[in-house]
Amino acid sequence: MAIPIAYNLRNLIVRKTTTVMTALGIGLTVAVLVADLALVNGLRQAFRSTGNPMHVLVLRKGGTAELSSAMSRTVYQDLKTNPGIARDSSGQPMASLEMVAVISLTGIDSPHGMNVSLRGLDPMGKRLRDVPILYGRWYQSGRREIVVGRSVALRYPQAQLGKQIRFGKGMWDVVGVMDAGPSAFNSEIWGDLNQIASDFNRQDTASSVLARALDAAAVPALVNSLNDDPRLNVTAMREQIYYDNQTNAGAPLQILGMFVSIVMAVGSSFAAMNTMFAAVSRRAMEIGTLRVLGFSRFSILTSFFFESLLLAGIGGLLGCLLALPLNGMTTGVGSFTTFSEIAFNFRVTPAVMIPGVVFALILGAVGGLLPARSAARQEILVALREG
Amino acid sequence: MSDTVIETRGLTKEYVRDEFHVNALKDVDISIAAGEFVALMGPSGSGKSTLLHLIAAMDRPTRGEIRVLGQDLRALSDRAIARWRNERVGFIFQSFNLIPVLTAIENVELPLKLTNLSKKERMDHASTALRLVGLGDRLGHLPRQLSGGQEQRVAIARAIVTDPDLILADEPTGNLDAASAEDVLVLLSKLNKEYGKTIVMVTHDPHAARFATKVRHLEKGALLPEGQPELSASM
Repeated sequence: MAIPIAYNLRNLIVRKTTTVMTALGIGLTVAVLVADLALVNGLRQAFRSTGNPMHVLVLRKGGTAELSSAMSRTVYQDLKTNPGIARDSSGQPMASLEMVAVISLTGIDSPHGMNVSLRGLDPMGKRLRDVPILYGRWYQSGRREIVVGRSVALRYPQAQLGKQIRFGKGMWDVVGVMDAGPSAFNSEIWGDLNQIASDFNRQDTASSVLARALDAAAVPALVNSLNDDPRLNVTAMREQIYYDNQTNAGAPLQILGMFVSIVMAVGSSFAAMNTMFAAVSRRAMEIGTLRVLGFSRFSILTSFFFESLLLAGIGGLLGCLLALPLNGMTTGVGSFTTFSEIAFNFRVTPAVMIPGVVFALILGAVGGLLPARSAARQEILVALREG
Repeated sequence: MSDTVIETRGLTKEYVRDEFHVNALKDVDISIAAGEFVALMGPSGSGKSTLLHLIAAMDRPTRGEIRVLGQDLRALSDRAIARWRNERVGFIFQSFNLIPVLTAIENVELPLKLTNLSKKERMDHASTALRLVGLGDRLGHLPRQLSGGQEQRVAIARAIVTDPDLILADEPTGNLDAASAEDVLVLLSKLNKEYGKTIVMVTHDPHAARFATKVRHLEKGALLPEGQPELSASM
């Protein structure tokens, strides 16, 4: 670019107030977009972190969700004899029968109640998931004791360590808080399968089976084997795929966020356009002089266009800075699959900020094109006279 | 015999301002040789700036021929004119027209940005030009940190940095005090006498015109015969 970049940069600095105001407008738009992408990113991370590559989740035939699946204990007994299922050191098949239900808890963000997933596991289920206890201890079999995920403890005061929750047929003691990292299990409450099944009158029918394959390469064979077994009448899938499919909970959020960002972007690009038109008008004499010195119309156009991109780029970076404090903050969204809340963290990562900056640059390009064109089309004598 | 640098035949410029038809220049025939320092004088609206602008190819004539430095300007595209002006012509404005956010040396460097010179070569040329006009100690100053006379000298440095064949000056002393104006005129005279630059200067100041080797007068768009002052001055 023939016209020095210092010309554009210094003009932005000289008009500090205008530059800051315009950049801030663009920055707020970018912040909304980055926040939305960070939310969806966090939700996707939560689901993608859930699930072991060696695990297979088994539902009743045609089932798509544990909550609506009915898995009989008889089927479970037949299923766990499949030779594709790994065995522990004592020869026990590594397959867990589990029951999933939802209970309602009132929380900080949900004073009228929010569904939270309740999972009843047998002892093998705890071993398969290998989630560490953060505070307290694990529940004991046969007792009305539960362990809550870390996000549940944070968002629902009644579910904190030492408290009691009422569901099913009576009160349950919260004896531990588990930390499942970024996975969706942090949004669940776990307890003894038989005790929970009894409270919900589901002694004969649970929801699903979680099984570990011999190794990761053997997973497809185990899935096929279970699906093809006519005695079982089940649908088996990789546990990771089951949770991946739930990331559609973020789709409405993403669409809404994009819509709001685009609406704001229209306003911001007009602001950028207004700023650049004012700059072109104010610098008419300079434009005329540059033309006299030999700079072409194209040089003028690219210089003012670049200045608009620079302004928008500053706004983009500002927007990322504004959204950065959200990183790690916990929020929740309702899942259409589990009909319960999934708590997750905003994740403001470079993968989210880069699209934000690109969005700002597009905004700057749209807002800067007409003013740049106007600058380039000015006749020399008219420009010199206006200055 | 000197080479002819500027030659016009029947040069005419008309334009419409609101609904009024204005004849800014009427059938101007002028010939300026290499090495001359010509002052174009005349009252306001006489067409002197219009003639200068046409010579600089900042505007296009309505009718007539114009050849500058051997080039028929009517035949050149916008882009070609820009390149020609950058390489062959230096222009000095009445209001200096320095870029406010660039330092003195950066302003002078500007025309060289369109050449193939390296950054170091450009800065060397620019600082040489500034030293030539007596501003070797003001390289890093912004225009607002310079006096009017100093600003105009920076503008002169910018006009000569590409070593142009032709220097055009539009009322170069119009916004200066007497002392600064004198400095500028002495400089222009030096560029003409010592460096052989062809200079065409528009001025309404008879004192400034005395620095030129030749004076031509315009009145109501017409170029008066050589040696004839304008009617308004002679009355």
